[in-house]
Amino acid sequence: MAAKNEKLLQVKNLKKYFNVSRKDVLKAVDGVTFDVYKGETLGLVGESGCGKSTTGRTIIRLYDPTDGTVIFDGQDVGGKMSRNEKKHLSKRMQMIFQDPYASLNPRMTVKDIIAEGIDIHHLAKSPKERMDRVYKMLETVGLNREHANRYPHEFSGGQRQRIGIARALAVDPDFIIADEPISALDVSIQAQVVNLMQELQEKQGLTYLFIAHDLSMVKHISDRVGVMYLGNMAELASSDDVYDHPLHPYTQSLLSAIPVADPEIERTRERIILEGDVPSPIDPPSGCRFRTRCPFAMDICAKVRPKWHEAEKNHWVACHLHDEEIKTEKV
Amino acid sequence: MTVEKILELKNLQVSFETFGGEVQAVRGVDLTLHKGETLAIVGESGSGKSVTSKAIMGLIESPPGRIKNGEILFEGNNLLKYSKHQIQKVRGKDISMIFQDPMTALNPTMKIGSQIMEGLIKHQEISKHDARKRAIELLALVGIPNPDKRVDEFPHQFSGGMRQRVVIAIALACNPKILIADEPTTALDVTIQAQILDLMRDIQEKMGTSIILITHDLGVVANLAQRVAVMYGGKIIETGTLDEIFYKPKHPYTWGLLSSMPKLHAKTDKLLAIPGTPPDLRKPPKGCPFAPRCPYAMDVCIDHMPQYTASSGSQKTACWLLDERAPKVDPPSTIGVGGEA
Ligand SMILES: Nc1ncnc2c1ncn2[C@@H]1O[C@H](COP(=O)(O)OP(=O)(O)OP(=O)(O)O)[C@@H](O)[C@H]1O
Ligand SMILES: Nc1ncnc2c1ncn2[C@@H]1O[C@H](COP(=O)(O)OP(=O)(O)OP(=O)(O)O)[C@@H](O)[C@H]1O
Ligand code: SF4
Ligand code: SF4
Ligand SMILES: [Mg+2]
Ligand SMILES: [Mg+2]
Repeated sequence: MAAKNEKLLQVKNLKKYFNVSRKDVLKAVDGVTFDVYKGETLGLVGESGCGKSTTGRTIIRLYDPTDGTVIFDGQDVGGKMSRNEKKHLSKRMQMIFQDPYASLNPRMTVKDIIAEGIDIHHLAKSPKERMDRVYKMLETVGLNREHANRYPHEFSGGQRQRIGIARALAVDPDFIIADEPISALDVSIQAQVVNLMQELQEKQGLTYLFIAHDLSMVKHISDRVGVMYLGNMAELASSDDVYDHPLHPYTQSLLSAIPVADPEIERTRERIILEGDVPSPIDPPSGCRFRTRCPFAMDICAKVRPKWHEAEKNHWVACHLHDEEIKTEKV
Repeated sequence: MTVEKILELKNLQVSFETFGGEVQAVRGVDLTLHKGETLAIVGESGSGKSVTSKAIMGLIESPPGRIKNGEILFEGNNLLKYSKHQIQKVRGKDISMIFQDPMTALNPTMKIGSQIMEGLIKHQEISKHDARKRAIELLALVGIPNPDKRVDEFPHQFSGGMRQRVVIAIALACNPKILIADEPTTALDVTIQAQILDLMRDIQEKMGTSIILITHDLGVVANLAQRVAVMYGGKIIETGTLDEIFYKPKHPYTWGLLSSMPKLHAKTDKLLAIPGTPPDLRKPPKGCPFAPRCPYAMDVCIDHMPQYTASSGSQKTACWLLDERAPKVDPPSTIGVGGEA
C-alpha cells in the first residue's frame, strides 16, 4: 500500500449542538479535531451517544456544523453551502447507514436505488449506460444482474447492506462514511461485508471513516482509530498503538471491558470495571468529560479541559496525565 | 461442578403457522442444564435460540405457535404436561427469564419497586411490607445506589444499564433455580456490559442459580459460560465444554463462526466469511442444515441429517465428517484461538 500521508479530510474543532428545548442545548459533538489520510480507514469508536454518528453526519453535511472547519481535498466544506455545492460534495463523499432495513426505500427497485446518485449527478448519458453502470455495481458487491428488478424486502440483511454499498459506490466517490455498516448483521455475514469493503478499498483507493462500537472489528479494518467520549475525542493513534499501548484512561478501561472470545484470556485477564454511566451531554462535567468515571481523576481535571495534543509521535490524546506541562508542574 | 441435571430437553420441536406456511423454528432439540452451571446457546440469527427458551418458559403463544413434539423435564417433571395454572407457578418462581430489551421489559407507568414486588406477592406468602423490604434488598444486590429512594422511581428515571439491573432484580426476586438470559447485554455499552456480566457471575456464586445464556457474542460466552450449545437451522449442531468449543471445535459451522470474528489480541489479515445465508425454515433442508454453505459438504450431507458423534464425555457433534467413512479434514487455521499471535 502507498504511504498514506496526503490529507483528504481535515476536521478542526468541529462542534454540533442541538437545541433540545427552549433552555437546553445538547452538545453532541463539542470540538473534535482530526485528519483523514487518502486511502486509509479511520475507525471511530465510543459508547452509545458519544457523538460518532453526529460527527459523520456533520462532515457529510446532513447537519450544518455549529462551529469549526471541515476541509475536504483542500476545499472548505464546513461553512455556508448552497444546495448545488452540497450536491457536488455528495458526488465525492457518500454514506453507508447502519440499518440495511430502514435505509433502502421499500417501494423502489434495486436498480433505481443504485441509480439514484447516477441520475442526480447525470453520470449516464443513455439508459443503456445507466443500466450498465448498475449491473457493474451489482457485480462489484457480489450480487448479480437478476437482482436489479427486485425490491429490498426480497433480500437478506447482508445482501441489503451490499445494495447500500453499491448505491454509495455508484457515483464513484473518494470518501465513504460507513456508520455502523455491520452492526445489524450476523457474525458470519459481518465478515462478508467487511471483506467486501476491504477489497473495494484496495481496488479503488477509497478512503473510509468507519464508525462502529465493535472494537475488535474496528481494529481489524482500521489503519488508525479515534476514541470518542461524550462529544470529545479522547485518543487517536494507529490501530496497533491504540490497542497495545492506550494512553487515555477511558480507552484503557474500554479495552479491558471487552470480553474476548478466548476462554484462556478471559480467565486470566485483569479488568478495570468503570463505575456509573455516561453523563448527559446536556449538562456535561466541567473540565475533562471523563472525570466522573476516571480512576485517575485529579483536582485539575474538574477545572481545566485537557488539551488535545500529540503526546507521542502520531499519538494524540486529551488527558492531563499525558500533558508535559502539567506533569512537570506537579513534580 | 455437580453433574445433577436440573433441566432436560428431549427432541423439542416447535413450529409457527404463518401466511407463507409452517415455520419449523425448533426441529428436535436435546439439551441438558446442570445444577449451578452456565450453559450458553449461540448461533445464527433465526436459528431458534429464543423460541427454545420461550418454550421452556411456557411462553409460546398458540396460535400461531405449536409445540409439536418433545419433553421439557424440570427436575424430572415434564413441563409440557402441566396445566396453565401449574406452569404459571413455575414461571417467575423456579424458572425466570431476562429478555433482550431492557427498555420494553419494564412497565413505564409502574414504580420500579412495585414491579419487583409483583412477583414476590404472587409467588410467596409475603406481606406488602416485607415484599418492599425484599425489593430494596434486591436493588442493592444488583448494585443500584440509594435503593430505598430509587425503589419509588419510574423506569424513565433509570439509565439503560440500571434498567437492565432492575430486570435482573425482578428475575431474581423469587430466588429461581434457573435463570434464562436472552441477550442480556446486547443493548448495552461495553463498559456497562462488563458491570452486568460481573453481576451475573456474582449472583450465580451467591445463589447457585443455573443459567442459560443466549448470545451471539462469543466474547460474552468465553467470559461467563462453562458449557456451550451451538444452534443452526433449528437444531443443535454441536455441544461441549467451553474449552472444547473454542479450542477443539469439530463442526464446520463452529469453525466458520470462530473464523469470521476478528481477534482483539492477534492480527487477522482477512476474515474467513461463511458464504451464503441461513436456511429458510419454511422449507427446512432434508439433510444437514449447513450443507448449502459448508465447504466440506458431501453427497450424503444433502439428503441425510447426520447423527451426533461423541468425541468426549461432554462433546457431541452432528456432522458427517465425523463418520469413520468420511475423509479426514483438519479445522482451518483461521479459527485462530488458543494463544497464537
Ligand atoms: N437530531 C438530533 N437532535 C437532538 N439530539 C440529537 C440528534 N442527533 C443526535 N442527538 C444526540 O446527540 C448525542 C450524540 O448522538 P449520536 O447519534 O451522534 O451518538 P453515537 O455515538 O452515534 O451513538 P450510537 O452508538 O448509539 O449510534 C446523543 O445524546 C443523541 O441523543
Ligand atoms: N411468532 C412467530 N411467528 C412466526 N415465526 C416465528 C415466530 N417467532 C419466531 N419465529 C421464527 O422462528 C425462527 C427462530 O426464531 P428465534 O427467535 O428463536 O431465533 P433466534 O435464534 O433467537 O434469533 P436471534 O439471534 O435473531 O434472536 C425464526 O425463523 C423466526 O422467524
Ligand atoms: S484528564 Fe483527568 S479525569 Fe480526564 S482522563 Fe485524564 S486523568 Fe482522567
Ligand atoms: S454434515 Fe456435511 S454439510 Fe453438514 S457440516 Fe458436516 S460436512 Fe458440512
Ligand atoms: Mg450512531
Ligand atoms: Mg433471539
